[in-house]
Amino acid sequence: MRLEAENISFRYNSKSPYVLKDLSLSIENGERVAVVGPSGCGKSTLAKILAGYIKPQTGRVLLDGKPLPEKGYCPVQLIYQHPELAVNPRWKMDKILNEAWQVPKELMDKMGIEEPWLKRWPSELSGGELQRFCIARVLSPETRFLICDEITTMLDVITQAQIWELLIEQAEKNSLGMLVITHNMALADRVCNRVIKLTE
Amino acid sequence: MLSERRTLLSGRTRAALIIGAAAVYLLGVLIWGGLLCPDTYAVHYENKFIAPCRDHIFGTDFMGRDMFYRSVRGLSTSIIIGVLAAAVSSVIALIFGIASAVFGGWVDKVINFCVDLCMGIPHIVLLLLISFMMGKGVKGITVAVALTHWPGLTRIVRAEVLQIRSSQYVQTAYKMGKSRFNVAVKHIFPHVIPAYLIGLMLLFPHAIMHEAAVTFLGFGLPAEMPSIGVILSEAMTYIVTGKWWLALFPGLLLLLALILFDAAGENLKKLLNPMSGNE
Repeated sequence: MRLEAENISFRYNSKSPYVLKDLSLSIENGERVAVVGPSGCGKSTLAKILAGYIKPQTGRVLLDGKPLPEKGYCPVQLIYQHPELAVNPRWKMDKILNEAWQVPKELMDKMGIEEPWLKRWPSELSGGELQRFCIARVLSPETRFLICDEITTMLDVITQAQIWELLIEQAEKNSLGMLVITHNMALADRVCNRVIKLTE
Repeated sequence: MLSERRTLLSGRTRAALIIGAAAVYLLGVLIWGGLLCPDTYAVHYENKFIAPCRDHIFGTDFMGRDMFYRSVRGLSTSIIIGVLAAAVSSVIALIFGIASAVFGGWVDKVINFCVDLCMGIPHIVLLLLISFMMGKGVKGITVAVALTHWPGLTRIVRAEVLQIRSSQYVQTAYKMGKSRFNVAVKHIFPHVIPAYLIGLMLLFPHAIMHEAAVTFLGFGLPAEMPSIGVILSEAMTYIVTGKWWLALFPGLLLLLALILFDAAGENLKKLLNPMSGNE
């Protein structure tokens, strides 16, 4: 499987300058690609376009030569930078975790999700704890590509290492393609096979 | 002992108690007033203008009617009209608010224009106008109050839906293959319902107050029907001659009902807020 972006250009309205201009890239499954660049250069916008959250003005996103499916489970899943915004504050954690698929017990243990957390509200967990839920809930077997938009920025170094190790393991097991957006060059070199630098 | 005390006085328990007390008072007045025998506030010319005493705790009026029973009956009428009008108004608000946020475009523009229009005209003028056009009476006043109280709640519902529709967890749910209906029921509805319920609760006092005001001005309920508005407007004639009890006690009853509705609404807000889930 292959996720491709063909000549993507994007701007937020017709008067603003282009955030992305004629950008093309492709990710094979099993490949981990890092995107680095300064703030405001369009990294998060690229993530949203690739996951199908927003449509580019020109160009297209193809999954195996076909556009992303509009209905049903999207094989390209995005993990957000701010987990506290990505969970419904009126749902308890077990409902959030199992929204897309029934997360198995061993994955929960590996992610460091503790049983009592499932009975809590999102406002009663920290950002790092919430992020583990956000990652686990999109690791279903249907997911082919993961777009990680600065997903470990809010975590301490030890937890970061744990989470990346686990994500790499899962990615290799399911031969997931990953696009890792980060500010951290060391992380990009350590985790990914290839690094793309975005400039303004 | 200490922990027991803390659970007794915790925020949620207290909120539930206040709501319970308000419900008991309001339902009590509603049912008692509805079932009250008309003989209890019948005309007895021999007893007119008795100041509050043991037999007539709220005194009697110019026709010798017992003011206590008359006030209870009147408040019961007011509550029925208030609840009816608030229910109709809030359903209008819910439909308009959701339609406005979901469809957008010209639907949104038209609804917003109507909201601005309704809010721009002085409330009481619109009420008098509609009530007068519908031929006054119970029908006129109920329709008038029902048709004028939706704009504020419409705005609240619309803002609520707009905010949630664009949130990350709703977007993510769509990407997880959830249908629009599923997302609306499971994600958007639970968010709108608390705001809606609170808005509904806070509409009651408004509706009751406006019913009383319009009736007081002579455009609402007929004089033979006991209602707080009628009682207060009659009391106006006699208050200068020192018959203070005619206005004071019915006024206090109305005030108490309004405060309790308001307190119940505010406390419902606390109960429905997940932040206070473990208090």
